[in-house]
Order: sequence, then C-alpha cells, then structure tokens
Amino acid sequence: MTPDTHGRLPASFTMPGTSSFLDFLAVHDPSLLPGRTLPPGEVSGALHGTTIVALSFDGGIVMAGDRRATSGAAIASHHIEKVFPADEYSAVGIAGTAGLALELVRLFQLELEHYEKIEGTLLSLDGKANRLATMIRGSLGLALQGLAVVPVFGGYDLDREVGRIFSYDVTGGRYEETDYHAVGSGSAYAKGSLKKLWWSDMSAQDAVRVAVHALVDAADDDAATGGPDTTRRIWPVVATVTSAGYQRVDDDTLGAVVAEIEAMRRAGGPGGGEPR
Amino acid sequence: MTMPFYVSPEQLMKDRADYARKGIARGRSVVVLAYDEGIAFATENPSRALHKISEIYDRIAFAAVGKYNEFENLRVAGVRYADLRGYAYDRADVSARALANAYAQTLGTVFTTESKPLEVELVVAEVGATPEADQIYRLSYDGSVADEHGTVVMGGQAEHLAERLTAEWRPGMPLAEAVQLAVRVLGTQPDGEDRTLEPAQLEVAVLDRTRPRRAFRRLAPAQLADLLGTTAEPSGGPEQG
Repeated sequence: MTPDTHGRLPASFTMPGTSSFLDFLAVHDPSLLPGRTLPPGEVSGALHGTTIVALSFDGGIVMAGDRRATSGAAIASHHIEKVFPADEYSAVGIAGTAGLALELVRLFQLELEHYEKIEGTLLSLDGKANRLATMIRGSLGLALQGLAVVPVFGGYDLDREVGRIFSYDVTGGRYEETDYHAVGSGSAYAKGSLKKLWWSDMSAQDAVRVAVHALVDAADDDAATGGPDTTRRIWPVVATVTSAGYQRVDDDTLGAVVAEIEAMRRAGGPGGGEPR
Repeated sequence: MTMPFYVSPEQLMKDRADYARKGIARGRSVVVLAYDEGIAFATENPSRALHKISEIYDRIAFAAVGKYNEFENLRVAGVRYADLRGYAYDRADVSARALANAYAQTLGTVFTTESKPLEVELVVAEVGATPEADQIYRLSYDGSVADEHGTVVMGGQAEHLAERLTAEWRPGMPLAEAVQLAVRVLGTQPDGEDRTLEPAQLEVAVLDRTRPRRAFRRLAPAQLADLLGTTAEPSGGPEQG
C-alpha cells in the first residue's frame, strides 16, 4: 500500500493535474479501490441495508434511515447506520450491500474532503452529485453480480440557497428529485407514505416527523426495514441539511417524535395520518 | 575534448545550499507559535487564494516559504499521502511525524541527486489533545528535520525575527496575544521602525485543539481585526486592566 515511507514520495504523489482522490488512487494503487478484488459469482451472506427516505422542506432537506441490516432472512444488525454526512453541507444515505455501501460512503466523504483541501473551496452540489454517480458507475460490475449499492444524496446548495435531493440507479444514472425520494427494500411503502404526508414548504420539524413516519410505514410492511425500537431505544438516524450545515437530530427529539407517531397510529386512537 | 573541472563534494553541496538559501531568503517570513488551545500560523500574504498555510489532515497543518510552485507540489503530495494513509488504515494513524519523514526524504533526495535543490522550507505541525502533545517539525531544503518546541520562524530574516519571537513568547498564551505577537514579529524590520500590518495583508490560520475533528481554521480578516483590535491603542498592552 503506502509507498515506502523511508524513501522519496513516489512520482504519483507529486503528479499535478488532479484534485480527485479516486483518480490518484487509480494511478497509485488501484487495489485499494473498493470491490476490485472480489471474485466473480454469487456472494452469499453479505449484509443488506434497507430503507432510506429523503425529503425537502423550506430551507433544506431531511434524510432518515432505519437501523436494520439483514443477511437473508436473519436480522444481522439492529443498530447499523446508513445516513452519513458527505461533507459539511450534504448527506448521503445508502441501501444495498452494506459492506460495499459503507466503503463507498467512506471513499465519497474522503473524495469531497480531498478536493476541498487541495482546491481550497467546496465542490458545487452538482459536482458532488456527479462525483457520486461516477463512483456508482465504477461498481456496475458488482451490481450485475447482485451486489448493488443504491444511494440517495441530498444537500444544501449554497449558490441557489435551496435544499436538493438526487437519486441514482445502479448504472450511475443521476436524477434530481424535487419533493421526496426513498431507496431500499421498503422504499415502495415509504414513498406511498410520503406521497400522502409530504407537502411543499413544510417546516424542518414537520419534515423530521414525516420522515420518521414514512420509515414506520415502511417497517410495517417490509420485513427488512426496522421501525423505531422502543425496547432498546434505538431510533432511526435522522439528519437535516440546511444553510447551517449537516445536523443530526438528537435522540431525545426523536424519542418524542416516535411517541407522537405511535400515539397517532395506535388502534382505537383518534385515527391515523398526519394532523395538519 | 575538454575534461570537466573537478568539483569537490563539499563545494558542490555548499553551492546548492547557498542557492537554496538565497531563494528562500527572498520570500516573506512565516511565524508558527503555540498558544493555549492550539498552534497559530501567520504570514504576510496579500493573496486570498494562493496560500502559504494549509490544512493537511484532521490535526495536521502545513506552512511553507520559498518558491510557490515547489511547495504547492509538496503540499498536494502531503494531502495525498495523509488521505491515502487514513483511508488504508484509519484516520487516527495519520501522524505529522510520518509525514515529516516523507517530506525529509523527498527534500533530501532532491538536494543530493537533482541538478537544483528545492527552494523551500516547511513546517509540519500536529496539534495534540494537550499542549505537551503538540508537535512542530521544521524541514529544510536539504532534508534536515528539526523537532521544534513552541515557536518557529522561516523565510527572509528568520534569525532576526526568531530572536524577537523567542524573547516574547511564553507557553500558554491566549490566541489573541499569540496572534498579536506574531503580527508584531512579522512587522519587524532589520533597520528602521516596525511596520504595522493590516488584517488584509495577513494570512493567519490556527490548529484549534478544541474543534471536534478537523482542527484547521483560517481566520478571516474580520476575525483577525477583532483579535488585533486590542493593540490598536498605543498606550496600553493587551494585558491592560
């Protein structure tokens, strides 16, 4: 891996021209790029992460992910995290093969930070979204093996001063979503829920509640999606990205939101749905 | 056919060292000094885009004097080196010491094997959890490394400025005092009165140990004016009252 630390830095380190860590890695040591060393064929026993929702609100976006990872029919993890800060003003959530997805996130975070340090400025939000698309396209071979990674990316656009959400397919196609988006095994149910619960220009508080509500609805129908775990007090990872940057919603707030949704859905209660 | 003149290795190295020193002495100085919550870097640099002080990694910063293209190239190499190490192992495994070694080897190899030495002098600093754990390495054009404690001055009239800095610096200074001292030292002239440097002429950055992950922070001219503001009155020092 790292060059001989007792010798001069290799030429690839001083080569001018690229501000991308990925490009540097491809020249210097391609074996470190994720997934390149996996043998072809079916891989069994890999963990799968499931549902992520993202929605826009007045002044930013909120992204939320459940905490479950599955391996076949078994629950492999109750507390995996699938929503991450990509940098100060953006968030990335991942569904799919967990091992590859977590590596992709780590590399993506590093890619953005590397660019920022070398260039002295942040990439534009579109630049970040395109960079992620290239990285997904790079693992298309793995996707064809059944090891797909499908992220959702969102952030605060400092130039346009709005929150924006981008969805991807396994071929690296990048699509901008205007209102809300969900990925993963429970995404169909989550989207159905968001369709009814989302309205434009909602407040951040409402957006957090709607995001958690959509995850609860997804967990209700999808076995691979975990709902809020009141026994262990494990709540979904919920983060907002606004002009103030990436902020994770704290557990106390989420506990209250979860209790509110529970009360709303409880049989014999005043009836389901979001009050407006 | 003419025979090349014999040049003794001593003479060869001396010529190269003189050449590099001359190049470095032409530039403005960089001052590095520890303060109670981290390490501060200051230099006179009117450019907002071409930096002499930069972030390398979470707790590591880089400062340089000399030829811009040469130290910029080393800076980028350092960012790549640190990011690669952090990616292959873990973020905690990136250290200023390893980076300083890599730089030292590079500078040393270039000095002895290439036709022209690099006309740069560098500081690689890492802020620790406590002031005792801070590390400041100074690297010369020939690859020599010095582990410095508290203060470093590089560039033109470094010796003269260093004298003044070491005389007035003490461990555990608050940030405002440290920055004021750095700016006073930068304004020192070998003969004649000291110059007063304005915030817009300065590039100042800190490695702040109280910040959660990335400790590096540039001080914008407005913040700098606030920090320097206390010395505006000629009558009293920063300690007044």
